[in-house]
Amino acid sequence: MHRYFPHTQADIKEMLDRCGADSLDDLYGDVDPSLRLRQPYNLPEGMDERAVRRFFDRLAGKNLPVEVCFAGGGFYDHGCPAAVKSIASRSEFLTAYTPYQPEISQGTLQYIFEYQTMMARLTGMEISNASMYDGATATAEAVLMAVASQRKRNLVLVSETLSPDVRRVVDTYARYHGVEIITIPSENGETSRAELTRLLETRGKEVAGVVVPSPNYYGIIEDHEGLADLCHSYKALLIINCVASDLAVLRTPGELGADIACGDAQSLGIPLSFGGPYLGFLCSTKSLMRKMPGRIVGATTDSEGRRCFVLTLQAREQHIRREKATSNICSNQGLMTLWVSVYMSLVGAEGLREINETSRLTALYLLEKMTADGRARLRYPSKPFLNEFLLETDYPVDALIAAAVKKADILPGIKIDDHTILMAATEMQTREDVDRLADIAKTCV
Amino acid sequence: MNRKVYGKLIFELSREGRRGYATPKSGISPEDVSIKQTPIPSSMTRKSSLSLPEVDEPTVVRHYNNMSTNNFGVDTGFYPLGSCTMKYNPKINEEMASHRLFAGLHPSTPAFAAQGALELYWTLQKALCEIGGMEEFTLNPFAGAQGELTGLMVIRTYHASRGEGEKRRKVIIPDSAHGTNPASAAVCGLEVVEVKSRPDGTVDVADLKPLLDDTVAAMMLTNPNTLGIFEKEIPAISALVHEAGGLMYYDGANLNPLLGVARPGDMGFDVMHVNLHKTFSTPHGGGGPGSGPVGVRKGLEKFLPNPKVVRRTVTPDGFPVNETNRYAVEYSPVALGSVSATLGNFAVQARALAYILTLGSDGLMEAGKLATLNATYIKESLKDLYLLPIEGLSKHEFVFDGLRDKSTGVTTLNIAKRLLDHGYHAPTIYFPLLFHESLMIEPTETESRETLDEFIAAMREIAREAIEDPETVKTAPHLTPVTRPDDTTAALNPVLTFDNLEP
Amino acid sequence: MILYSKTHEYIRVEGEKGYIGISDYAQKQLGNVVYVDMPDLGDELEKGEDFGAIESVKAASDLISPVSGEVVEVNDALSENPRLINADAMANWIIAVTINDPSELEDLMDQAAYDAFIAG
Repeated sequence: MHRYFPHTQADIKEMLDRCGADSLDDLYGDVDPSLRLRQPYNLPEGMDERAVRRFFDRLAGKNLPVEVCFAGGGFYDHGCPAAVKSIASRSEFLTAYTPYQPEISQGTLQYIFEYQTMMARLTGMEISNASMYDGATATAEAVLMAVASQRKRNLVLVSETLSPDVRRVVDTYARYHGVEIITIPSENGETSRAELTRLLETRGKEVAGVVVPSPNYYGIIEDHEGLADLCHSYKALLIINCVASDLAVLRTPGELGADIACGDAQSLGIPLSFGGPYLGFLCSTKSLMRKMPGRIVGATTDSEGRRCFVLTLQAREQHIRREKATSNICSNQGLMTLWVSVYMSLVGAEGLREINETSRLTALYLLEKMTADGRARLRYPSKPFLNEFLLETDYPVDALIAAAVKKADILPGIKIDDHTILMAATEMQTREDVDRLADIAKTCV
Repeated sequence: MNRKVYGKLIFELSREGRRGYATPKSGISPEDVSIKQTPIPSSMTRKSSLSLPEVDEPTVVRHYNNMSTNNFGVDTGFYPLGSCTMKYNPKINEEMASHRLFAGLHPSTPAFAAQGALELYWTLQKALCEIGGMEEFTLNPFAGAQGELTGLMVIRTYHASRGEGEKRRKVIIPDSAHGTNPASAAVCGLEVVEVKSRPDGTVDVADLKPLLDDTVAAMMLTNPNTLGIFEKEIPAISALVHEAGGLMYYDGANLNPLLGVARPGDMGFDVMHVNLHKTFSTPHGGGGPGSGPVGVRKGLEKFLPNPKVVRRTVTPDGFPVNETNRYAVEYSPVALGSVSATLGNFAVQARALAYILTLGSDGLMEAGKLATLNATYIKESLKDLYLLPIEGLSKHEFVFDGLRDKSTGVTTLNIAKRLLDHGYHAPTIYFPLLFHESLMIEPTETESRETLDEFIAAMREIAREAIEDPETVKTAPHLTPVTRPDDTTAALNPVLTFDNLEP
Repeated sequence: MILYSKTHEYIRVEGEKGYIGISDYAQKQLGNVVYVDMPDLGDELEKGEDFGAIESVKAASDLISPVSGEVVEVNDALSENPRLINADAMANWIIAVTINDPSELEDLMDQAAYDAFIAG
């Protein structure tokens, strides 16, 4: 038997005896022979650990090494203290199921409660759920939540400046769910307030929610002052999509009067890992608590009066409501909520502020270096950004990316079109990294 | 346990001025930047001060490690949670998932620099096709529930491509199904039609027939069903649904016992999802991250969601491929849309691939049968004391309807809680809804006979205790860090953050 | 006059107004009520339409309007203390509506018919 299976031949025989069967196949006497596998799977024989490591090493070797990452677009190369991974690797956390048995799940329940508190404080909102899959699905769920919380309204307005990766998911969820989406056009890289006002004037009675980002996909910090009042005057909910770590220094959705804050919390120290796992956050006002999708942990006391934590408000969820549930989601990103809770505990508000300041300064230095020879320039020069910006280049972006990756192990950014690149800086890049990239840019034609 | 230490929240350990982090130095100072760049207006900066814990690293580590001892994982002990397939989570998988050259890879890395990662995706996708009997898998969905939603989107897109998108809006789901099935159908804009189960939870074909017409989009089934019973009539059911123009959806929640035995694709299923965190051993992480790949039969692969990983033999310009351009990421206009910004939970996919490689064809061929053996062994060892509502063959899990002797007033909830005192996780309780006292047990193949014997002894002990000392069972658990939390107060006056918690 | 629907709502008819709540049988089935989701004043309801939901810890039930009409009163006391429904479901109505079409009352059950319905 395989090393993960403890059965000896004697075990199997004795166990089969208890089951009144002669062979393992007897246990499948109810599966029609025509349905049975006729031969073993066409897959390799089982490997020992050396062989598995070599297999992965061989695959990893086919990637080009990228040591420095200026790519962002919603996902950033932030560092993470070693203690985070050490704690998240504790098997009591890692190998536990959903905390349906609170008596033996206080570890999980307590870190989720800590996470909910930290996310509420970070976003300035009253409550947070126990997390969603990622920022894109969190935003899509926010759209469905807006529609579900408003009787007889089925239209959501979404800014053109929202990340296209998020937008695709929002559009997909909305289309199948039967929610109408209208794009709020942008003007000079920002959500057009005039266009939004015009849409609200014509369709306001149908609008359940308005989705705007900040910073937006181009890295621009949008000014959403007064937006909440405008939306609320049409009884529409304001949903702000944001980058979690930025909120340590940028005006929060709560301060802006948003009803829902959503986005990805990958920026709180989660490794890039080629796309996941990440962490979607979804926070709201208390009045929307019962419309919130996903799991929520609450504090209570046990029969001996001790403080403890439980999954609560479960009547919203799929296992009770079935087709009437607020969402079909059954899980959260449990381990990733632990990850960012430990990260925020270690880094703290002061650390997050320093990370943001360092990232911004490096981004400014990067901009200066990249534009020094006059062959590249900001697409939206008058707009404020935090740590990410859109650069127009005279040379092909493909040439820059190919040269930087192959010659310097640097990923310079995300190609938007042949002559536009989205670049971001974090605390993980140094002056030398920027200088090396700028030198390579000089050679691009 | 020491409540003074363990009971605290991280916020209660915070002391002003402590810190657990040093920000890296970039070597750039403000004087190095001479360009005039628009400053961030003060109207756009945070006004309220951010309150996060101020704690040092040793305190943080001790706090969370202490908390972890209040948790129960697969590595702690036996976890017979029905329908959740809590099998052992191999350690080599963890090592492979955090491989340095994958962990730092940005999702927007151009394909020429990410060939290894794309090949990993492709390799797992192909392995799942072999195991599921499907043509192609997407690994993008983040969890089983999202896999269901994605699979139903495939089905809607298929019908729409045939001009029947508006007409075919019904999904037939057995009343014994997991709650996720109807919830996913509703999110997908489909109408749920319940088909009645027979007493053993299998589909009543006579009840199914009148439901089948040209408004049916699909039928969703788990097989084995939620009682662990194999749906013997599956070929007939598939034929009927296909005849009516509908597609068959396989909910992979219960795929584990079919490893090495049978494939959903060979049973007539057109679309399926698998839970990598169940059948393919990736850890549940206290509720996630999971992964819910979706497979489809030939002809439907073009509808799978964007982004897609494709393996080429020639480049778009017609040149033969090489090691730098064999794999590519594409967005197709006929796809159903996108359910994720990226290619899904890549690190979870890496774990599942490590598991499939480690088991190999030979190990996979053994897994399902041993899972069924373990479950059947428990069932046969306890059915004299616990009420077995459905006799006959069952697979990786089975359901008792509480104790045989109901006179003691001891309920399934009491039994579940008393098991915690014995050092076991509880089985799934009060599901499926077909019985009043459902107690659903799934041991998986990674448990030894000794573990099963000990568990059986504990269950027998509880049955005895229910007669001799029912109060002890009814007031369980007694040995856990907390006992019987007040759910009603939690839901009546929700306290969801530390800031609303009264000291 | 008190009439019942098959989904266990009652309507207490007082002139042109009807007070709608859930039956005593329904509250017992649900157990401890922790939340009542209620519509806004002025909402127009159709007969058979969901107008809210009632939740206990482990169960939830949609509230279905037994008649068509406009919501003219909402029992705000239930927001503060949803358990009033467990204390006395018949006294603690959830909403009051105008009865736009009295003929809609005809397919509801009287007390005797409802008692037989839940017994059966």
